[in-house]
Amino acid sequence: MDRNPQKSFQDMILALHDFWSAHGCLILQPYDMRMGAGTFHTATTLRALGPEPWNAAFVQPCRRPTDGRYGENPNRLQHYYQYQVILKPSPPDIQDLYLESLRVIGIDPLKHDIRFVEDDWESPTLGAWGLGWEVWCDGMEVTQFTYFQQMGGFDCKPVAGELTYGLERLAMYIQGVDNVYDLDFNGQGVTYGDVFLENEKQMSKWNFEVAETDALFDLFNKAEAECKNALSANVPIAAYEQAVEASHIFNLLQARGVISVQERASYMGRVRDLARGSCEAHMEKEAPVWAEKYPEWSK
Amino acid sequence: MSDFLLELRSEEIPARMQAGARAELEKLFRREMDAAGVETGEITVWSTPRRLALIARGLPEATEAVSEELKGPPVGAPDQALDGFCRKAGVEKGDLETRDVKGRATYFAVKNIPGRATKDLLAEAIPAIIRDFSWPKSMRWGAASISTESLRWVRPLSGIVALLGDDVVECEVHGVTSGSVTLGHRFHHSGDITIGNSDDYAMKLRAGHVIVDHEERQDLIRSGAAKVASEAGLKLVEDEGLVIENAGLTEWPVPLLGRFEEDFLEVPPETIQLTARVNQKYFVCEDEAGELANAFICTANIEAEDGGARLVDGNRKVLAARLSDARFFWDVDRKKTLAEHAKGLERITFHEKLGTVADKVERVAKLARWLVEEGVVKGTDPDMAEQAARLAKADLVTEMVGEFPELQGLMGGYYARAEGLPDAVADAIRDHYKPVGQGDEVPTAPVTVAVSLADKLDTLTGFFRMGEKPTGSKDPFALRRAAIAVLALTQQNSLRLSVVRPFEVVRETLHAQLPGAHLTANRDFGGAQVDYRALELLDFLADRLKVQQREAGVRHDLIDAVFALGGEDDLVRLLARVKALQSFMDTEDGANLLAGYKRAANILKKEDWHGAEGEIARTGEEDPLALVDDPDMKAVIDAKMNERHAKELSYTPEPAEKALMDALATSEPAASQAIEAEDFSGAMAALASLRAPIDRFFDEVTVNADEENKRAHRLDLLAAFRAAVHKVADFSRIEG
Repeated sequence: MDRNPQKSFQDMILALHDFWSAHGCLILQPYDMRMGAGTFHTATTLRALGPEPWNAAFVQPCRRPTDGRYGENPNRLQHYYQYQVILKPSPPDIQDLYLESLRVIGIDPLKHDIRFVEDDWESPTLGAWGLGWEVWCDGMEVTQFTYFQQMGGFDCKPVAGELTYGLERLAMYIQGVDNVYDLDFNGQGVTYGDVFLENEKQMSKWNFEVAETDALFDLFNKAEAECKNALSANVPIAAYEQAVEASHIFNLLQARGVISVQERASYMGRVRDLARGSCEAHMEKEAPVWAEKYPEWSK
Repeated sequence: MSDFLLELRSEEIPARMQAGARAELEKLFRREMDAAGVETGEITVWSTPRRLALIARGLPEATEAVSEELKGPPVGAPDQALDGFCRKAGVEKGDLETRDVKGRATYFAVKNIPGRATKDLLAEAIPAIIRDFSWPKSMRWGAASISTESLRWVRPLSGIVALLGDDVVECEVHGVTSGSVTLGHRFHHSGDITIGNSDDYAMKLRAGHVIVDHEERQDLIRSGAAKVASEAGLKLVEDEGLVIENAGLTEWPVPLLGRFEEDFLEVPPETIQLTARVNQKYFVCEDEAGELANAFICTANIEAEDGGARLVDGNRKVLAARLSDARFFWDVDRKKTLAEHAKGLERITFHEKLGTVADKVERVAKLARWLVEEGVVKGTDPDMAEQAARLAKADLVTEMVGEFPELQGLMGGYYARAEGLPDAVADAIRDHYKPVGQGDEVPTAPVTVAVSLADKLDTLTGFFRMGEKPTGSKDPFALRRAAIAVLALTQQNSLRLSVVRPFEVVRETLHAQLPGAHLTANRDFGGAQVDYRALELLDFLADRLKVQQREAGVRHDLIDAVFALGGEDDLVRLLARVKALQSFMDTEDGANLLAGYKRAANILKKEDWHGAEGEIARTGEEDPLALVDDPDMKAVIDAKMNERHAKELSYTPEPAEKALMDALATSEPAASQAIEAEDFSGAMAALASLRAPIDRFFDEVTVNADEENKRAHRLDLLAAFRAAVHKVADFSRIEG
């Protein structure tokens, strides 16, 4: 079947799937939890730890409650998609592969100005950082490109390369559309707005105005407690899920404007402790197996 | 002789790091060549986003053989000494030579170090350069990074070209091997480029659409941007930072001009320029009238097939989206007055121990008012200074400043004018952060001066009050910068400001705002009791003054000499006094007086003499007799005083001694009066009159006379001389 990534949002995604699948990636599905970025997917965070090779690609819906604009802003959404590729260890031709993937979805680098502009990435919440670039296409940031150096406070051994494509932005660019809701979703006239506009309106209202804040505070505390409970039972993946949950609840509380500047740092610290604790537990649990299989890793 | 070419190819190097990387490459190369004894001719270094290159001219084919001689122990020395020497020199005992040294047979070790091929030395130097290279931030990558010991580079290192003459210098660093093959432009050239030698390197890269010389790329951008601007009937707003950054982002720079919607020009031009510059790295243009035009210039890295039309349109869209945001912020922010915005400052913590920004604003407003009321800042009324201070920080909670923190102050000025506030208030809001660092414009408008000075004094006072002084290189609250600003403001505007009093004004408000235990520990300051932290602040300002004045050629020891007298917290007056002192010290009188002073001080120290005047000077006590103010007692006291004088003059002083006594009797009060009247050159003239008498005194009079009364009187006289000099400055602090 012919793909038409230049006219169809879903074909663009499928073209990326085809491309990365052909280059040895597992095509995974989104993580079934609310999260702020594709990096939170365990296929990225937890798999960035340890010595085992790991190549995966997936779409991850992202929730950024404070970015909601009730469907009135042509660029900002509280729910959007990221396309994540994680390649561990980072292959020597990772930049060429990435550029090839742009050609596949219709961006010709002899017509468009593609640039790698310094942009280092850091997530204090995940105890993670890396060096890399934001990739510009005619001055627009279309991808975050990062070589992970640390995750959960641990050195990445070996280093993974992470590519995060902003799908709506890319599609708007390729389709030549100025408003995200005008994107052609399927190449047959169904628009992004048909699918998501009502969702954006309702969710913006809920995020900013409706969500019961006492219940949210309660959820945050429960997620925190459950994370610790899971940690004590030595099920770090379950603990990590609770950290992701707490992170999202915190974002909702922010959108509701009930966390003061002073409290903010303290909440972020609590989320960070959960995420790091989960990563640490994951490392501890797996380390003996990894060390046996990859003797050079533990050096 | 051969030329050497080294190219280190990597993934995109951040533009801001390239200049430092070029310097580092040259430094390490020189270090390696020096260590190997290779003389190099001219060295050129270039950079692009994807490569660092070095060309060294005129390298020898090999280093020369060197013979090294080491002198050992004499013949007949114990075996241990001989063995130790052989071990150290790395020779066998049998290879030692014997020579005659001043009639004594002595062992010598002679080591012949053969010359080595430069190519071999380079093959060792290249890996060392790469391993020792220091980047601001570096990373690991790839399969090798399973060990944290793997190579670190700014981004993955992908290739090495190393050619001495036409030959490859073979080496290997963490799996990257050297060769003669490189790559051209990422998109305009496919396949390898084989370099012959350093002479065809730049040319072959140019054929591959890479201009390797960063300066040439900078020139292209500078002239190309000016050209496309003038073709559009506009004038480029020059920006050297952008030129360098864009040259660091491109291997084949092509400046292109685009237009944005004219409607956006209704927002302040600075916001447009900043959006274009910071977010997009675009230049902006002006029209003939010097007004910002609706045009931008982006620097592409390709020669686009369609002449760049599509590419420019893409850039226009991105800029338009950003400018829409800016216009949205501009509209939203103006729906509230600055006074309304200012309420939001209660939510922002300034520092946990110093309250919110609203608390700070309250203190600054009071202090700005005080500065005008006290006449420190003249030419405005207190109400206006207070009003400006209360609104100065309000823009921190506006949307625009939230997005562009660099626009703080500037936006407040715009918003103030938009709501019809007086120009003096709007200007003060706009400029109250100035001066930011040395060389920045120093405000002179009275309202601005009051707010700016109050803001900085409040910051300094607040942090010093809680003991947060800068230490070493740590100055997290930029207190040094604030101190330099205080100096610049007072000097530029000749403000007569005592530093201690505003400290007290701020402290009082602070204590009211943040109740709790407030420890106040006082220290003596020229006879007054002053919070010791105010004095620490004063010392800090004096230190900054020394640094600042050193550049202006003022001697720091002279600042110390005046400052050591204590009681001086007016920095403008202090500086005037120091400058008069420096002029005096440059005269012959000054130099000789200093010599006389040092001699007198040494004698007094050696004799451990404090004397009558000395005691008074040390304890601060007055002559008890002089305090008695009873008319009935006058006759008695006069008699006592006369008796005392008579006792002092129990012998006939020698002429030189008498001359010094007379000189002191006139010049000491004259110096004091001149200081009082802030006539510092007059005070120096009074001191100068002591020079001849003190010189003569030392020439003609024996201080350590056999008669005890003479000795005591003469030592007292030296102490009096010292005390007179100290009216002007503590000469013991003066060097030379």
